[in-house]
Parts: sequence; structure tokens; C-alpha cells
Amino acid sequence: MENSMMKQVAKKKILGNTVKYLLLAILAFIVIFPFALGIWTSFLPSMDIAKGTLWGGGQLTLHNYVTAFTQTKILRYLLNSLVIATLVTAAHLFFCSLGAYAFVFLDFKYRDFLFYVVLGTMMLPFEAEVIPNFATVKMLGLLNHYSVMVIPFLTSAFGIFMLRQTFKQIPRDLKEASDVDGLSHWQFYWKVVMPYSKISLCTLAAYSFLGAWNQYLWPMLTTFSDHLRPVQDGLRQLQSEETFNDWGMVQASAAIVVVPTLIVLYIGQHYFKSGLNEGSVK
Amino acid sequence: MGIELKGITKTYDHSEKPVLSEVNAEVQDGELFVIVGPSGCGKSTLLRMVAGIIPISDGILKINGQVMNNVPPKDRNLSMVFQSYALYPFLSVADNVAFGLKARKMAAAEITQRVDDALKMVNLTKYRDRKPRELSGGQRQRVALARAIASDSKICLMDEPLSNLDAQLRVRMRSEIRELQRKLGLTLIYVTHDQTEAMTMADHVMVLHDQHVQQIDSPLGIYNHPANHFVAQFFGTPQINLLTATTSGNGTATQLIIDEYLQVSLDNPIAAGTYTVGIRPNQLGMKQVAANSGNATVINVEALGDQTIIEAVMDNDVEVRIVKDGQVHVELDQRVAVTALGPAFVFDDHEALIAEQGGVENDRIVAVN
Amino acid sequence: MIESLPSTKQQPKGPEANNEVTAKVKSFELKKNDKYYAWLFLGPSILLLTVFVFFPMLRTLYLSLFLTDTFGNPTVFIGLKNYTTLLKSASYIASLKATGTYVISVSVFTIIFGLLLAALANQKLRGISFFRNIFTATMGVSVSVSAVFWLFMFNPSLGILNKVVVAFGFHPINWLTTPGWAMTAVIATTVWMHLGFTFLLFFGALQAVPKSLYDAASVSGATSRYQFWHITLPMISPTMFFVAVITLISGFKSFGLIDLMTGGGPTNATNLLVYRVYKDAFMNGNYAQASTEAIILTIIIAIITFVQFKLLAKRVNY
Repeated sequence: MENSMMKQVAKKKILGNTVKYLLLAILAFIVIFPFALGIWTSFLPSMDIAKGTLWGGGQLTLHNYVTAFTQTKILRYLLNSLVIATLVTAAHLFFCSLGAYAFVFLDFKYRDFLFYVVLGTMMLPFEAEVIPNFATVKMLGLLNHYSVMVIPFLTSAFGIFMLRQTFKQIPRDLKEASDVDGLSHWQFYWKVVMPYSKISLCTLAAYSFLGAWNQYLWPMLTTFSDHLRPVQDGLRQLQSEETFNDWGMVQASAAIVVVPTLIVLYIGQHYFKSGLNEGSVK
Repeated sequence: MGIELKGITKTYDHSEKPVLSEVNAEVQDGELFVIVGPSGCGKSTLLRMVAGIIPISDGILKINGQVMNNVPPKDRNLSMVFQSYALYPFLSVADNVAFGLKARKMAAAEITQRVDDALKMVNLTKYRDRKPRELSGGQRQRVALARAIASDSKICLMDEPLSNLDAQLRVRMRSEIRELQRKLGLTLIYVTHDQTEAMTMADHVMVLHDQHVQQIDSPLGIYNHPANHFVAQFFGTPQINLLTATTSGNGTATQLIIDEYLQVSLDNPIAAGTYTVGIRPNQLGMKQVAANSGNATVINVEALGDQTIIEAVMDNDVEVRIVKDGQVHVELDQRVAVTALGPAFVFDDHEALIAEQGGVENDRIVAVN
Repeated sequence: MIESLPSTKQQPKGPEANNEVTAKVKSFELKKNDKYYAWLFLGPSILLLTVFVFFPMLRTLYLSLFLTDTFGNPTVFIGLKNYTTLLKSASYIASLKATGTYVISVSVFTIIFGLLLAALANQKLRGISFFRNIFTATMGVSVSVSAVFWLFMFNPSLGILNKVVVAFGFHPINWLTTPGWAMTAVIATTVWMHLGFTFLLFFGALQAVPKSLYDAASVSGATSRYQFWHITLPMISPTMFFVAVITLISGFKSFGLIDLMTGGGPTNATNLLVYRVYKDAFMNGNYAQASTEAIILTIIIAIITFVQFKLLAKRVNY
């Protein structure tokens, strides 16, 4: 009697698990399919793609990658984005942490007012301000130059806000202990606050890097030469030029572009999560 | 020499009311001076003003005869141990100890020497390369002590250093800190809310309450001659009993009457009137009596083994605590006659001590948690 | 040691208190350096934000009150006329509606699918971490890469979608050149792009629900469905709110995908607000109108962000 009941429960569980696995498999398929198809296509000969033979055709080839590397500037685009994103990330870490430090550890007039001003800028979308900003960088003679993709993004209100939250968690005792030891603000910032906040800084770095890596509108407006173009706009360029003749090469380029981000994500995943849970929700 | 506080007052910009008012004290070289008081009494603020972390609003602070009010903390040549220990989580134990020395640009060889010595002194040599999070609470506490030891300053300030430890460890660390202080000849200002720590460690105790100094004296001095209600209640467990009494007759009198059974006789007469009488729990007598007599009813009995704490409610609705040595068998609701054995304090209507009945000196300190 | 103090609260000030220092010693200024440090530390950020955020905002607002020449210089002041013209324009209203459809659909579907993925991935099953990794995979896919992947699928002749459609015996669909389908395609791509990130957020939130709550509910006999509606959902509602807000905001700012997939077409069906700003300013040279559109966009986003701050403020202390 008891035995049969247990069997029933076990049966029910197996059934339930089967349904769950089925659902998981379907959803995983949907999520991964566009991705997988793109990667798969990148290994097919152009002829097969043009004929619409996606499987069962000839064999796989690296030819598309060879074309992408040799016939296009994809490596240059990657390098451009890498340089820009690295510069922006470094600048964010530095300027945002300094700003956040001022809001947490310094005592000055209008501190709260200034903080709300900074907070307020988070409400203003950069996309809506491109017209005067374009005029500004044009006036400064920065058009079609690396600096145009870096200078406007040297700091970030979000970064200041996030690091301020982190710095507020630093025990007041540490500041007092360092006062007793005679550390200046700069020393305390550099020797205590920064090492103490490593995790949040990594989180911010991951965000800033991805943000800069994914810039699209601004570089499109401000750069015209291939040798300055970052990857996102580079892909646009390839895609618009090559759409009808070489899908394989375009897919290969897309795959090349995706790899570095996947690496950053794989490393930064943990920080993304902790950053989100610390800074925003909770 | 030592540390002198003269009329130290702290007021914050946003409020008129000072958080500390007119603190006067003198801490002598090589003594352990405890500042004790309930939370919010300003004791940590006072310590931070001595350290130089918080500016002094008014008054004069002298260290070794020099006015220190405008001297930045690092030039006051003192070390500080914080309640949270203020360890740098990203540095190893040894680096934590060395941190302040490096900040003061000491020579590398000397730093190594001092760190080694300090760690040895607190038995942490084995743990020198660990991070603070890999240590137990007690070990972290020792790192904080090692930091104070490693600095060459002879003045050390401690802000509730034991309050994050469990009871057993706290007892052990009390004597360890005391030992260290003596061995190194430190002038130690020690802030705590725990009267037991004050009683067991201090050479002198300052009792802070309500923004004001209530009393400064040796631990026994405070126990035996509490300056006022607050001090009397703050020291001693269980708490002292405060009872309302009137003088007998119309003129000056030596007899203070609480009720028919409970009366205190004084050596010297005091003016007629109503007073508050403080009697420590072990100075109350208690006799079990028949149901319709006596002056109190037992409401709770705590048997601790070596002593028994009896709570009783007097007929005028005041609760009293009585401590008896050994194991006393009393039932709840038992009627008792509560009497005074002798020693007592008399407070006036400003809560200040105006007279005391001798014999307290011979009393034992009932102050162990 | 001690000045034996008079017993209570009244302590006379030491008589020599004023001897050493002639005047009253006023509070020393430990913090006097702070002002300079504040300038030093905050200066760069404030300067940058002023030049690239505040000034452009005001300038955009200013331009929106004028007529402009083809170089973007203001010519004639016309007050709010740009706004009234715009809000009467059928094409702008259509854009507003399209944007509304887009952001709301994206937000709703992202939440539903993200939550579904997270709930499934939160099950205790063998090999579940494999699925978790797959679900986060799209996080690394940028806008242009997503566009490339999906453009290929939507391709009318080569695309896999039309192969499926034909296999089921229907006519092939011109996904990106038919108004209704173009919007659907853009929404689908956006949701797919957001999935990894949303999954991670929801998954984190689900993992953070204390297990004891479920234990307590099981003991009192609650079914797992009941537990989901009465424990899980309330516990993760802050995350849901957060996801809703960020997908809304990023939807309003969505530019790249539109530019790559539809170019705002067909017949303005996917001409979202940001895209209009870009087109009017940099393709049509109508800077005044573009500025006006930018201001309206800013107001919408500012309101949503403000609501977010207000609600977050209840949970986070800043």
C-alpha cells in the first residue's frame, strides 16, 4: 500500500521532470537558435548559402573567416573598439570614483545639491542631446578622431551613483583610523577606498566596457573613415555593403565581433549580478 | 603631564544643544582611564575629540602639557583601537599592522621589526599572512591591538574594543589588555558602556551621562560613594534599590523611615524632609513571615547556585531586589519582611548624594556578569 | 590624578582655562582641506557633465523654440509653435503610437520570457547549469550582431523563417517590408537581445528568496502554484519593476536595431522617436523639429526615470 503510493509519487515526479526538461529544451532552442544559425552559416561556403542550402550541402569551411580577416577591416574595427572601450572604462573608474569619494568622504557646501544634479543627469538620455553635442565636437575639431568617441564619455552619472552607494558601505572607522595614521584624502582614496571597493569597481568596469563597446549612434555621426570605425558601426558598414552577395562573410564578422564580448561577460558575469543586486534592486 | 581636558564642549552646527558639555578631567601617565556611560552619552565623541578626528567646539585639550586643539590627529602621537577594529579587509594581518607605520614613512627594517614584535606579543605570528576575514573575532581584535602596540605612541585610545566578542572571550581580553597596558606603560583611555569592564580594568573611571560628567573616581570609590542616582544605578548588578524615605520627627534626624520594617539609621543627623535612599541588593535583609504580616511579597526568584536573587514588591508598589548568599528557598507569593542591614546612600531631590551610612567599604563588589 | 569633581552636573570651568590661550579656542578646522579636494575630485566630472549633458539639454530646449537654418543655427523665435505643429502632425502621432507599441511589447514580453526562463532554470534538475549558461548567452550579443543574426533569419528568400512558412504551405512573408510584420520582427529581435540580461536578473532574484519561506509554505500545505503566486512573485516584484523600467527606457532609446533592420520603414511603421530625431536632424536638416522631438523624448524618459528613483528610494537609502 505504502509502497504503491511512493511509486505513484515517484512516477508523478518523473513526469513533471520530463515536462520541465521539454520546456527547457524548447526555450534553450529558441534562445540559442539565431545565435547558432549565425555561427553555423559562417562556416558554410558562400555558394551553399546563396542557394539556400543550409545543411547537407558541401562541407564546412573557414573561408568566410579568411575573407573577413583579409578583405574587410574587421580587425581594425575590433582594435578601434578595444582602444575606445578600454579608455572609456579606465576614465570611468577614475573620474567616477573620485566624484563618488567627494560625495561620501568630503564635507563641502552644496554637496547634496550637486549630488542631486548628478543624479538628475541620469534622467537625460544622451540620444536626445546629439544635436548640440555634434555641434560642440565639430567646433572643437574633434570630428573623425578617436577622441570624439572618448571625451564625451569620460565620466558617468550612473558610475558616480553606483560607487557612492558602495563607498557609503565603507565603515566610518576606517576613515578615522586613517586619520589617526595621518593619511591625506588622496592617500585614503588610493590605499583604502579603491582596494576596498574592488568588486564594485569591476562591476562598473564591466558595464562601462560593454556600454562603450556597444556605442552605435554617436560613432556613426562623428566618424567617417574606416580606420577609426568601431565594430558596431563596422558591422553596419559590412552588412549594408555585402548583404546580397556574401552572407557567410557577414556572419563570420559577426562571430568575430561576438567573441570578445562573450569573454568579457564570462569573466564579468559575477560582477554584473552583484552590481545589479547592490546598486539597483534590493 | 598626561592628558588634560578643560571645559571640553562639543556642539554641532545644526543644533544649539551641546552633545558634550564642560568636561574636565586629568588622565595621568601610564594609567588606564575608563570612560563609561550608556549609549548616546557622548563618550565616543569625547574620545574622538582627544584623537583629533572630531574638532573640539570649546575648551582646551592638553597632551603632555601642550595644547592640542589645533593639532591634526597624526601629530598627536597616539594610537586608536576601534569597536569594529577598522581592519583593512584587503590587507594581510602583517600589512594591517604595518599600514600606519608605512603611512608615517618609517624605515622598512624598523617596520618589519615592530610588526614582528607586535604580532608576537598578541600571539598572532602564525597568522601574519592571513586576511582578516579568515580570522575569528578574537583574533581580529588582537590584530587591532597589535596595530596599537606597533605604533610607538605611548597614548592609546580604545573605543569599545570588546563589545563584538562573546562573553567568555571578553573576560579573557579584559585581563590581556590590562596586562599589555602595564607592560608597555601605555596611557590608555578606554571607552565602554559596560560597567563591569570599567570596574575590573580601570585605574580611574569617568561616568558620562546626559552630556555631563557625573563622577570621576577609582572604581571602588565610585561603587562606594556614588555621586548621584545615575551612578548608583549604573554600577552594581543587580541594580541598587532606590526607595523613598522620610525623616522621623520634625527636626533634624538620624532615622530615615521607608516603612514600618525598613528603616535606615545614619551616623550624622540630616535636615527633616523626604529623601531617596539607595540600598544595594545585598544590603537588604529578608525574613519569611506569616501571610498577614511583613512589608513585601515575593514575585520572582532566581537561583544562581552560589547566590539567590529575590524580587519582591513592597506594599507601596515599589519593586526591590534582594541578593542572598547561597541557596535560599522561598516560594512565590511568600510574604516577607524586608529590612536594611546597614549601609545605605541618601540622595536629595536633585538626585545628588548627601549622606551615606558606613559599612559599604566592607561590602564586596557585586559586579560580575 | 583627578580634580575631585563636585558631585553632579554643575562643574565649574577650570579657573585657568583661559590663561594659556588668550581667546576662546574655537573649533579647529580639521575639514578645511575638504573644499579644495572636492573641487579637485568632483571638478572633472562636473565639467564633463556640464559640457556634454547640461549644456546640450538647454541648447536643445533653446533650439526647439526657434526655426533653424540647415546648419542648425537658430533664426526666428517662434515659441512653442514647433511643439504644437509636431503634436498635430499625423506622422508624429503615428511615431508616438509605434514607439508606445514597441516599448510596451518589448517590456511585457521580456518580463514574461525572462521570468519563465529564470523559473525553469531555478529548478533542481540534473544538468541545469548547462541551460543556465545557454540562457545567459545572448547577453554578449550587441545590437549590430543581433541585427545580423536576425536579418539573415528574416531574409525573404534565404531566411529560415520563410522556409518554415513555406513548409507549412503559406506564402513567404516580406518580414521587414510589411508594416505589421516589420514591427513584430523588431520587437522579437529586441526581446531576444534583452533575454540574457533579464534572465540573469530574475534568476538572481529567485535565488535570493529565502528557502525558509517555501519550507514554511509547504508545511502549511501550499501547492507549488500557490507558492509561486503568493511567495515568489511578491518577493521578486522589485526586480520585476526594475526590469520593466530599464526595458522601457532602453526601448525609448532604441536606435541601432531600427537603423540596421528597417531604417524606420516601411512607410514609417518603425520610425521610433529616437530614430526620428536622428533623421530629422542629420538627414533632413530640420534641426528645430529634431530638437523639439528630442525634448519630448527627454520628458518621457525623465518621467519614467523619476518614478523609478522615487520607488527605489523606498528601498535603497541614498
